[in-house]
Amino acid sequence: MLFYIVRRVVYVIPIALAVSLVCFLLVHIAPGDPIDAMVQPDTPQEVIDRVRSEYGLDRPLPVQFGLWLAKLVQGDFGTSLIKGRPVLPDLVSASGATFVLACTGGLLGVLAGCILGGIAGVYRESWLDRVLLGTAVAGVSVPHYWLGMVMVIIFSVNLNLLPAMGSGPGGSTAWAWDWAHLRYLILPSVTLAVIPAGIVTRTVRGLVSDIISQDYITTLRGKGLRRAGIVRHVVLNAAPTVLAVVGLQLANLMGGSILVETVFAWPGTGMMLNTAIFQRDLPVLQATTLLLALFFVVLNLVVDLIQTAIDPRISRR
Amino acid sequence: MTGQPLVRARGLRVSFISREATVTAVNGIDLDLDEGEVLCILGESGSGKSVTLRALLRLNPKGKTVMTGALAVAGHDIMTIPDGRLSAVRGKVVSMIFQEPMTALDPVFTIGYQIAETLIRHEGISRREADRRALELLELVQIPSARRRLGAYPHELSGGLRQRAMIAMAISCRPKLLLADEPTTALDATVQIQILLLLRSLQQELGMGVIFVTHDLGVAGEIADRIAVMYAGRIVELGSTVDVMRQPFHPYTQGLMGATVHSGTRGKRLTTIPGAPPDLRFPFEGCAFAPRCSHASDACRESMPAFRHPGPGRAVRCIRVEDAEIKHSPKRVSAMA
Repeated sequence: MLFYIVRRVVYVIPIALAVSLVCFLLVHIAPGDPIDAMVQPDTPQEVIDRVRSEYGLDRPLPVQFGLWLAKLVQGDFGTSLIKGRPVLPDLVSASGATFVLACTGGLLGVLAGCILGGIAGVYRESWLDRVLLGTAVAGVSVPHYWLGMVMVIIFSVNLNLLPAMGSGPGGSTAWAWDWAHLRYLILPSVTLAVIPAGIVTRTVRGLVSDIISQDYITTLRGKGLRRAGIVRHVVLNAAPTVLAVVGLQLANLMGGSILVETVFAWPGTGMMLNTAIFQRDLPVLQATTLLLALFFVVLNLVVDLIQTAIDPRISRR
Repeated sequence: MTGQPLVRARGLRVSFISREATVTAVNGIDLDLDEGEVLCILGESGSGKSVTLRALLRLNPKGKTVMTGALAVAGHDIMTIPDGRLSAVRGKVVSMIFQEPMTALDPVFTIGYQIAETLIRHEGISRREADRRALELLELVQIPSARRRLGAYPHELSGGLRQRAMIAMAISCRPKLLLADEPTTALDATVQIQILLLLRSLQQELGMGVIFVTHDLGVAGEIADRIAVMYAGRIVELGSTVDVMRQPFHPYTQGLMGATVHSGTRGKRLTTIPGAPPDLRFPFEGCAFAPRCSHASDACRESMPAFRHPGPGRAVRCIRVEDAEIKHSPKRVSAMA
């Protein structure tokens, strides 16, 4: 078991390296010269060349990658071309904001998904199941930036109940778990929860209806277990698969909230990424993308390890 | 409960209802089982034998199953008992083992947990005490290195050991009645014998009544006091094991005998029964076996033959069988009328 954990953790290193290479290359494959975005259009060529060499952008790509990686390892995520200051502090505070939003949205979505999916799975083929499944499909299909705007129109503009933008009173970006801040969290997190809720509902519905038709559930009924005892068995049998789906959804939320964060002006990594793209701010872009990708890798690792702990069939070697 | 049979079914019918069709899998069964008695229900796939067994604990899928008739098991009226009280009977007074122990045991819980869980449910004992009892049970069903096996998951055991663990779970609360749904079918021939011997010794030790469903005549002869042969949802022949094996009356039972290797078929060619069982989605009149029976006459196709009693404790649904002159055990015969 310990060996499996160690092996699984060691696997992360080559994956992380590959991920960082892809992040680095993607930015360079993309069209557009970052220097153009920094200087006036009529800047003389020698100035452009000097700026280019200052940022190391005139070196061959492998060298640039090596240098970038060496700095990364030392905790230097580069310097923003636009703001002229290190990326890391901004990235940390943005990650914090995104983390709050993604976790709340994810938790809401998973909770709703498990409950609705569980009900639909137990009452499969009933009208209730059809309604829930229809809702789930709608939830997955609705574009969430559109849903976000509709919610803003209803709850902020028409009803004037909740704020439409930002993460705190007066445009502050410091987060706190009080009502003044929570009000700002409600609309974006609910918007964000809709897609994972739909996906988890469908997963859980399928799993539950499959599990309760298994022979061992008949055995459990046959030995007189009460409903709660049987639910325990269903939950533990469904857990590994649900966890895998939830893990991916959570990773998606960390990165996939770009549009929602932009709609609600939530000061997270998504908005940071969006801004960096428009400003061709290469170092910010690279650092943010890398962080999100690494988050996927780590989350996958965690899900794998939890699954192994729950399901004895995966690996006990 | 003394003086009362352990199982008493009268006109038991079980139908499965779906949008497309209604299938009457069990079509009016009368059955009695005394305490400590072993009855074998013999029949081919789709004859309704497993459904009958599950009906005794109301284990057929809820909402899709309609049960009618009268059914009492260990003094409880299974037709009317509420779910909550039924669950106290299941596993405690009546328990069940299944054909395929791989799928009938939960793959993500250890054997020990699944046995202890039953004990905790019915005897209200502590986890520690339940674990100790689970160990005793594994030893009782002769699982080697039982202590280590308590922590094993179903996929880590062989088929034979899994079935032993399943039996340990079923007898954990010393039930009065054990329902066994083809418990040896999924096992190798050598393991089959071991499990049968184990079941028989446990049955004698605990004095349980057993209803054993199988399609294997050899298995039936090995373990049963009485045999009930089922065809198309009805019992077509009933009698003591010795009688039925020695002198089967119903053409279907005779066909089964002719198709199985046993001492009586030595030196003869095995025969097969032509045709296939009827489609239970469509109601039929007359003897269900008539289309496959070489002796069938018009009278057979007119109406379902009533039971004839060719000997003491015997009942056969065939018009070619004559009632015996002798006076036979009144209790069982009145039940079959």
